[in-house]
Amino acid sequence: MAGNNPNSKPMNLTLKVWRQKNSKAAGNLETYQIKDISPEMSFLEMMDVLNEDLLLKGIDPVAFDHDCREGICGMCSLYINGRAHGPERGTTTCQLHMRKFSDGDTITIEPWRAGPFPVLKDLCTDRSALDRIQQAGGYISVNTGGVPDANEIPIPKTIADKAFDAATCIQCGACVAACKNGSAMLFTSAKVSQLAMLPQGQVERKTRVENMVAQMDKEGFGACTNIGSCAAECPVGISLENIAMLNREYIGASFTSENV
Amino acid sequence: MILDSKIPEGPLAEKWDKHKFNVKLVNPANKRKYDIIVVGTGLAGASAAATLAELGYNVKAFCYQDSPRRAHSIAAQGGINAAKNYQNDGDSVYRLFYDTIKGGDYRAREANVYRLAQVSVNIIDQCVAQGVPFAREYGGLLANRSFGGAQVSRTFYARGQTGQQLLLGAYSALNRQIAYGKVKMYPRTEMLDLVMVDGKARGIVTRHLITGKIESHSAHAVILATGGYGNVFFLSTNAMGSNTTAIWRAHKKGALFANPCFTQIHPTCIPVSGGYQSKLTLMSESLRNDGRVWVPKAVGDNRPADQIPEDERDYFLERKYPSFGNLVPRDVASRNAKLACDEGRGVGTTKLAVYLDFADAIKREGLEKISQKYGNLFDMYSKITGENPYEQPMRIYPAVHYTMGGLWVDYNLMTTVPGLYATGECNFSDHGANRLGASALMQGLADGYFVIPYTIGDYLAQNPTARVETSHPAFKEAEANVQADVNRLLSINGTRTVDDFHKALGHIMWDYCGMARNAEGLQFAKQEIRKLRDEFWRDVKILGTNEELNVTLEKAGRVADFLELGELMVEDALNRNESCGGHFREEYQTPENEALRDDENYTYVAAWEYTGPNQQPVLHKEELKFENVKLTQRSYK
Amino acid sequence: MSWFSKTFSSSIGRKLLVAVTGLFLCSFLVVHLVGNLQLFKGDGGASFNIYSHFMATNPLIRTMEIVLVLGFVFHIYEALVLTRRNKSVRPVQYAYNRPQDNSNWSSRNMGLLGTVILVFLIIHLYNFFWRARFGEPNMIPIEGTDYDDLYSVVVQSFHLWWYVLIYVLGQIALGYHLYHGFSSAFHTLGLNHKKYTPAIQKFGAFFSIVVPAGFAAMPLYFFIKDVVL
Repeated sequence: MAGNNPNSKPMNLTLKVWRQKNSKAAGNLETYQIKDISPEMSFLEMMDVLNEDLLLKGIDPVAFDHDCREGICGMCSLYINGRAHGPERGTTTCQLHMRKFSDGDTITIEPWRAGPFPVLKDLCTDRSALDRIQQAGGYISVNTGGVPDANEIPIPKTIADKAFDAATCIQCGACVAACKNGSAMLFTSAKVSQLAMLPQGQVERKTRVENMVAQMDKEGFGACTNIGSCAAECPVGISLENIAMLNREYIGASFTSENV
Repeated sequence: MILDSKIPEGPLAEKWDKHKFNVKLVNPANKRKYDIIVVGTGLAGASAAATLAELGYNVKAFCYQDSPRRAHSIAAQGGINAAKNYQNDGDSVYRLFYDTIKGGDYRAREANVYRLAQVSVNIIDQCVAQGVPFAREYGGLLANRSFGGAQVSRTFYARGQTGQQLLLGAYSALNRQIAYGKVKMYPRTEMLDLVMVDGKARGIVTRHLITGKIESHSAHAVILATGGYGNVFFLSTNAMGSNTTAIWRAHKKGALFANPCFTQIHPTCIPVSGGYQSKLTLMSESLRNDGRVWVPKAVGDNRPADQIPEDERDYFLERKYPSFGNLVPRDVASRNAKLACDEGRGVGTTKLAVYLDFADAIKREGLEKISQKYGNLFDMYSKITGENPYEQPMRIYPAVHYTMGGLWVDYNLMTTVPGLYATGECNFSDHGANRLGASALMQGLADGYFVIPYTIGDYLAQNPTARVETSHPAFKEAEANVQADVNRLLSINGTRTVDDFHKALGHIMWDYCGMARNAEGLQFAKQEIRKLRDEFWRDVKILGTNEELNVTLEKAGRVADFLELGELMVEDALNRNESCGGHFREEYQTPENEALRDDENYTYVAAWEYTGPNQQPVLHKEELKFENVKLTQRSYK
Repeated sequence: MSWFSKTFSSSIGRKLLVAVTGLFLCSFLVVHLVGNLQLFKGDGGASFNIYSHFMATNPLIRTMEIVLVLGFVFHIYEALVLTRRNKSVRPVQYAYNRPQDNSNWSSRNMGLLGTVILVFLIIHLYNFFWRARFGEPNMIPIEGTDYDDLYSVVVQSFHLWWYVLIYVLGQIALGYHLYHGFSSAFHTLGLNHKKYTPAIQKFGAFFSIVVPAGFAAMPLYFFIKDVVL
């Protein structure tokens, strides 16, 4: 039953899926055949079908992270056919649809690979390192209450829009997964530049960037070499410009902040 | 049991200020001696956890996701209401209060709603101070739009992702407290039971979703901020993990469940395309500002949209509601789409959809203008359906979106269990029988930033600082019960999958307790749910063990609770012999098929008490007193 | 750790050093290229030999030579440290990876390109620099003064086809290295701007073609002129 295109034919696919019992076990790619996949399905619905099938056969279903399934929570991941979030640009795995594939295709599905993202099981990884980078300074220190009226802080629309572009990061980690160096610079830069552009972010501007970069390094992410895969694979289109801005912020802060 | 809503005395506009003065305060030096558990880290939970930690309390926050930033508040698109009157168009706290009461079809508490409207203005200030990038005008000040049929522009928005931006604000405040060590964060951890000592909520039992470890956490008070239970319908716009488990298990421990049948069905969702469908995607109802809703006039008209001439189209909302047209409230728009499909005039291959057409808007304003306004929504639509909404009309169908019902709470947001609070969507308090657009975010943040920090202090100040150890028999007993439930699920080893049961429950709920309900159908649904529940406990198939990441086991626990909640929803729908807001009983409608309220007999909150497995729940009524607004029939003609 | 060493041992700090030294080396390339253009003068190498003598004896140039060596050392050392660190970040590689769909080959292979350039550099230095400074080339009188006849060394070397090939390959590697490196260095320094970045990128592309082409033209010129024709 197809929603819009009655001619779309169901597909048969070969899946090569990374299976790993837990973080300590060794893993390997398992091959599964899957039949009658509608092109209207989302990629994760295809995974659901696989899992129902496995379950009924008495095989442990494939664990993968997902939640909102509308491309905003950032919980879904998956390295699909050599690409973070699969072959379609600007799209999270949950928004990827099977019409992007063809009958008879082999699809390889792996977890995000990076030292700071250890595999927990199958395709699930631990991305808490990203939370810790945010905890190191990705905020403006205001307590609830006692803040000025919202319109007392006018912000030029162009700046507000640019800050917004940076603020759209969904913290999925595709940038790290796609980066040859496993660098989290795009992620870190999005928050740093969002807050550096806004007047509210000025007070803690220098300390913030120093602390967030220190945490990023401490988590063991790689160094950025301006390859650009991160921005190309980012499902929400965070721009590489943010990394330049992070560099500028960091260099400026290192030489001028009072933190010795 | 007498339900005491604890609404403060005095004129409506002064109740909250007076109450804030009257509540007892916890000495600053003593705050660090109190521990508070917050379950859920969406807008209501993260804002509460951060604010309470700022005040000095020790907070433990829990979420089932891998990061607090993923809570489903993040998916809200449209905006957040606040009575700022920045647009000078006649908005005021009273007007927002009035609109919310009326929009809720007079089934919400006046005092709560008024307070909500009052603190709405503080929310915007707070979020801007946090760096939330709201939309702005060229002069640098905040922009507003009119939303969901409101007559004033009071909605603040952040492109199509207001929820994400607000949540990131709350998440950043939470992060700051985690860094300070005032909040201990427990991601990938699910609450499975409430622990009570001496009749008060003193902790929870959790399961760690990676290791399976079952653990107890003790505190002086527990706040549930776990969101809605729309996933009882299997298909909804909720996240896959959204569930009722925390509030349902609290309900079983004595917290009354109020108005469970009040469900909001959102009109502009992308239709179901097949049986494999796992969730529904909502598109902001701002689309109805420019899109025209229609179906073919003739039954069984299978021509593609562009081959149906203008005079053979039925723009049914514009026809029936000339003054509001396509901007009628959500419940009205949804019900009329269902009616059109029930008549056999639905479109698409499933016939369960209506058109939302932008051709006229594009002709009027130009492609570029429309793309600026709705570009991201159109992209999303074409990504999911493979169709181009600039060239052919969108197909939309209503989907379960929000649950107005939830745990009963008093004015302080405390449930009937002392020390147990419920905030945000998981309580019942502010939206009555129908929630207005852009009000969910407002309520979540109001509860978390500006209400609970005051009211919880009042409770704590009257309770000793002594801690209860998790070695207390009450904790050990709860842990044992949780373990026993898990073992029971794992031992069934049946033949049907958890999703299979969940889908079956969803079908029953959607067909008989969805957009339109009747007594006969509800009676039938009740029997069906009971049968299904029995079968679930006999025949569900779960592999693996507790001591691992076991997705099927997690889901099974949640579906088991949905199977109980579903019955209560049906019970509530059956009890309420009237139509109001999201609850439409076919027996109670006007000659023009509009909802017919029965204010004489049903101006009350139906709060249900759990009495045991397969036992009839007991109904408690909280009469709603309207001292400031006059009850009228909603009319959008 | 002092703020200084903290800054320069951070991932961004190290990258900053690579960028700064890289841009410095670019300036050296320009000087080197412009000077060596005298090979094409057709005066039997007189200007080239005088220029070489000046370069080998002028105290300022000799001082800059030390700075240049330090530039290379830092550029290579920091790049090496970063590359090693980056390699260790992904202990388990993807079984199936398609980076070509999201990035340029040159951007991903700066280490490889740099290594090729380094090998070339060693050969190059051994043949010309080492022999000029420490060897005993023939002397040639120009306008009454005796000069080392480096011009002949160059011409003779470029009569060997395999030697020319090494040079051409070395310059191709340099071209790719610069194609990524030039604009990337500005990016690392945080020097990006809506108005200027496109110009920097265009200039970087131009630079990465013209400079290596200029260098490659020298061996090809002598090989084609003297051997092929």
